[in-house]
Amino acid sequence: MSAHQVLLEAHEVAKHFGGVKALHDVSLTIRRGEIYGLIGPNGAGKTTFFNCLTGLYRNESGHFVFDGVKLAADAPHKAAEIGIARTFQNIRLFGNMTAIENVMVGRHLRTRAGVFGAISRNAATRAEEAAIARRAEELLHYVGIQERAHDYARHLSYGDQRRLEIARALATEPKLLALDEPAAGMNGTETEALRLLVEGICRDGVTVLLIEHDVKLVMGLCGRVAVLDYGEKICEDVPAVVQKDPRVIEAYLGGSVA
Amino acid sequence: MDTLLQQLINGLTLGAVYALVALGYTMVYGIIGLINFAHGEVVMIGTMVAFTVIVFLAGSGMPPLVILGIGLLVAVAACMVLGWALERIAYRPLRHAPRLTPLITAIGMSIVLQNVAMIIWGRNYITFPPMIHKEIYELGGASFTNVQVAIVCLAALVMLGLTYLVQRTRIGMAMRATAENQQVALLMGVDINRVIAMAFVIGSALGALAGCMVGSYYEIAHYQMGFMLGLKAFTAAVLGGIGNMAGAMAGGLLLGVIEALGAGYIGDLTGDFLGSHYQDIFAFIVLIIVLMFRPSGLFGERTGDRA
Amino acid sequence: MNGQRRRIPLWQGHWLGLVLLAATLFAVPFVAALGGQAWVRIANFAILYVFLALGLNIVVGYAGLLDLGYVAFYAVGAYAYALLASPHFGIHLPFWVILPFGAGLACFFGVVLGAPTLKLRGDYLAIVTLGFGEIIRIFMNNLNAPINITNGAQGITLIDPIRIGDFSFSQTSTIFGVTLSGPQKYYFLLVALAILVIMVNMRLQDSRIGRAWQAIREDEVAAKACGINTRNIKLLAFAMGASFGGIAGGVFAAMQGFVSPESFSLMESITILSMVVLGGMGHIPGVILGAVLLTGLPEALRYGIEPLQKAAFGRMIIDPESLRMLVFGLALVLVMRFRPAGLWPSSLRRRELSETTD
Repeated sequence: MSAHQVLLEAHEVAKHFGGVKALHDVSLTIRRGEIYGLIGPNGAGKTTFFNCLTGLYRNESGHFVFDGVKLAADAPHKAAEIGIARTFQNIRLFGNMTAIENVMVGRHLRTRAGVFGAISRNAATRAEEAAIARRAEELLHYVGIQERAHDYARHLSYGDQRRLEIARALATEPKLLALDEPAAGMNGTETEALRLLVEGICRDGVTVLLIEHDVKLVMGLCGRVAVLDYGEKICEDVPAVVQKDPRVIEAYLGGSVA
Repeated sequence: MDTLLQQLINGLTLGAVYALVALGYTMVYGIIGLINFAHGEVVMIGTMVAFTVIVFLAGSGMPPLVILGIGLLVAVAACMVLGWALERIAYRPLRHAPRLTPLITAIGMSIVLQNVAMIIWGRNYITFPPMIHKEIYELGGASFTNVQVAIVCLAALVMLGLTYLVQRTRIGMAMRATAENQQVALLMGVDINRVIAMAFVIGSALGALAGCMVGSYYEIAHYQMGFMLGLKAFTAAVLGGIGNMAGAMAGGLLLGVIEALGAGYIGDLTGDFLGSHYQDIFAFIVLIIVLMFRPSGLFGERTGDRA
Repeated sequence: MNGQRRRIPLWQGHWLGLVLLAATLFAVPFVAALGGQAWVRIANFAILYVFLALGLNIVVGYAGLLDLGYVAFYAVGAYAYALLASPHFGIHLPFWVILPFGAGLACFFGVVLGAPTLKLRGDYLAIVTLGFGEIIRIFMNNLNAPINITNGAQGITLIDPIRIGDFSFSQTSTIFGVTLSGPQKYYFLLVALAILVIMVNMRLQDSRIGRAWQAIREDEVAAKACGINTRNIKLLAFAMGASFGGIAGGVFAAMQGFVSPESFSLMESITILSMVVLGGMGHIPGVILGAVLLTGLPEALRYGIEPLQKAAFGRMIIDPESLRMLVFGLALVLVMRFRPAGLWPSSLRRRELSETTD
């Protein structure tokens, strides 16, 4: 694999809470343009991995190399800046802001207006504000909730909130979009729509890292899948192979299949 | 050398008082996350009530220790009622209000109590009737009084008792559970209202005790005395890690000692540029420095953002 | 409309109201002067507090940071002016040099204090700012020896008024046939400053920075994940608030001609914070209302309580000063009890509250 094909490399990332090892030297490589799945039973360390990657947690050892640059630990805004955007398992929107304002916050990183621009409302600032609003509208349209643009985020339906979170993440112009259980709590129709959306995002050039419980969704969407169990990567391959791996079956069924 | 020991002894006395008051702040903060600004005023009212009772009984011919004891008990009882009433009337209706709302209420109550005290007891300093025969002991060049010994011993006893209460009794466990997670405690059948009321009542009782201690140590009382004392005690609570009871005790003692040492040595340290008027800034400077390096206080748990 | 939010520019379609407001603002110093210049001074203080409260609103209302030592920045501005324009050191710099300098100095202190503490939990910031306020006050009180810098508790007197050429703000003069007293002149200067700070507040609210502040208030973790450098953005709010405090302090020193540590007690910080919260945090008209009410109420009580007691009991039963403070404290408690989001909250805050108390 040549270097420019690799987008993200995790090198033996370890994280523990007190005495509990949440991640045990996890290494993996994500290629540009793929949809990479990260699955595993509850408490396997998937979200912990996400939090280390996006700088919310500081990992004890190991490091990430993203797009050829070593990631600084413990700096979430820097992760976003170099192109890693994420959503949260338990949806974290700005509830008392409208949908479009949520996405506009996502544009913060790629815009510049400061205090003096805001106070003077000069031509450059006005143009930038217009561009922010325009881009936010496009993104709402892109995820399919443009008609809810002026509703408060917390008044949106569950499925729409997930979409809004994705739109907000996309507003930061990520190279890698990390989705934490985006299909949790969705019905069949919503999950299918989500599948199409994620495929579309990937087609438009954004690499996707997907944590998911819905094994069917992962197997249908992802090019490659890694399985975490008790904080260790036990398997990494194309879905068809992963599905048949005895260690994976054992992890999921708790060793009851002898 | 004698200054060092002397300042340590004085600091320990003051620190014991800070620790008791700090406990009142930290218990309330640990459970409902409120900086109870009126707590310093509760302490002041405790001192005032004790003084009034003691002055009233001074001529009765009872032995001084009995009069002191009655004064203390009445003050503690009065403050327990006051603490309970504060919570019930002022704070409980605001349990779900925006974060700053109860804080403003607390500030309002502090102003109200201070001025009520002024109307009742007047604007002048009240002096403590000479009840206790002061014994002065000498130790390695430093001197201390029986009052100081009593303050430190009593504070230590009360803190031991409180630790037992919180660690071993049902109400103590309910308090800890509520501090940990209110929702879960509620589901486990803990009567949240009772627990919160208890925190105020116990905190106020400790405050009243502390008030009596400062009163008998300095032998004066004033309607504004609660303010700075409360501020220092709150600083001590934050220093130790707010919400953490052991932290409040340690923070209080530490602050008392630092202040006393600071006041004793600031002249030497700055070549007499700054004098002992600056005693009050030590508390805050130490606080700022500690928080820079230990954002959750000396004994607080490191709490990170949860994703 | 259900759940929908539309932004209407504040004054759009209210031209008549705007004209009336301007006329009222213009009339105030002349009407007040009928009762004596003391009333003009009270009006001036009300507007100075509007200015201060709106400065603090950026910190507390927008960025959600609890600042209990705001008055420290006010003090820095006031002493900067007093020391650089009075016989104390014999320095007499013009106001257009000192006011920006005072603002800058206050801003510097804001950054020095905010940079290490803004990563802490909110309530810790409260105690650190409170402590800073006390430190500043203690220094002002004691820096008269061995070198006399602040003149201690006596304060600094004979501070130069604001002066433009020969036009001094402290003397009566006639402009276009209208005779204006010193306080009346300061009134118009203060109104101009207040309009400036209102504009700054309004424009910030609807900007990239304003959205970032709101996002941080809503969910700091999510805001970080969106790439917002939360510490810097908070520091920005803190430093801006401090600068406004510094400007207000300078104007205060010039207007009074006298500063002493007494004017910068913790109670002052608390009063300004109460104005913001009592009026309606984050809502400009609410904060203005809070500032005017809390400046006016004690004054009204001062003039009302004494005659009232005399009428009712024939003599003074209760010390009027403490009764005044008592009523002030009770007012705070009662307003918070019955209007927890403030007297005039934005529609948004009202809704937040009604849904959480269900």
